[in-house]
Amino acid sequence: MTNEPGRGVHDMGGLPAGPVKPNEHDYAMWERQVDALMVLLINKSRRVITVDELRRGIEGLGAGAYDRLSYYERWIASITQILIEKGVITNDELGRRMEAVKARFEGTT
Amino acid sequence: MAEPPDHNHDHHHPEGAVRLDYYEAMQLAVAELLIEKGIFSADDMRREVEAMQARTPAKGAAVVARAWTDPAFKAALLKNGTAACESLGIEMGPTHLVVVENTPGVHNAVVCTLCSCYPRMLLGPPPDWYKSRPYRSRMVREPRAVLAEFGLRLPDSTVLRVHDSTADMRYLVLPERPAGTTSLSEGALAALVTRDCMIGVAVPKAP
Repeated sequence: MTNEPGRGVHDMGGLPAGPVKPNEHDYAMWERQVDALMVLLINKSRRVITVDELRRGIEGLGAGAYDRLSYYERWIASITQILIEKGVITNDELGRRMEAVKARFEGTT
Repeated sequence: MAEPPDHNHDHHHPEGAVRLDYYEAMQLAVAELLIEKGIFSADDMRREVEAMQARTPAKGAAVVARAWTDPAFKAALLKNGTAACESLGIEMGPTHLVVVENTPGVHNAVVCTLCSCYPRMLLGPPPDWYKSRPYRSRMVREPRAVLAEFGLRLPDSTVLRVHDSTADMRYLVLPERPAGTTSLSEGALAALVTRDCMIGVAVPKAP
């Protein structure tokens, strides 16, 4: 779907599109955990990130990633990007921890 | 941020092998780092996942049934949805809730064209179709056609109001109480109120 100039990929109100397919799925545990993560980070007592920042991060993913990623993939990509921007975590420690997590789960240590 | 590998939902794993998806690994890594930094605890995380599982459309249905049976509550709900729901002990989070009432000749429906904003504190996470391109694109241009795809055919004389949500403003439709339900208890009334009735793509039916 090509948007007109100046219109972001997320800004789809009023554009032509096909029929609504009444799809639903039960969320996987990791998706629930992404949701929980966000609720904890926007909690009034913490305010580490805001809902608007989450949205700005999702809208900034670019057209390719926006359409390719699933809903909670977009969320965790945006949350992580914002946490790095704010210096809450570093790119480096994220990369190392992701490797460690993968190794642990896939038993390749 | 590290670049994701080629993304493909059509995974082919060797028999019995455990593979962790890229974004799943990211979620685990970020959660671990935040817990280690003391931003929140592992217990906070567990409690929040449980709370999410407890957030289902039954919460919204209870709010609607109360509004149908308690005029003072209904007035408060239409005046300030967030405060009225909090008065029932529902944790509402940082977003504002606006409740829009269906009346004879006026039907309301909710969309979020820009993303997927949804009254999740009352309905749980949104269904996939609510987040889909067709619903988000067409609901503001040809809502009657979209509603017909859900099996809801509104008479031409009915005014249709479509509400486009924002990150800070969520909408809940207060459906019309079906005729012939005067003898029903609040609990029995709540059972008539489906999620789709509160999004506005359906209307409740008398039992």
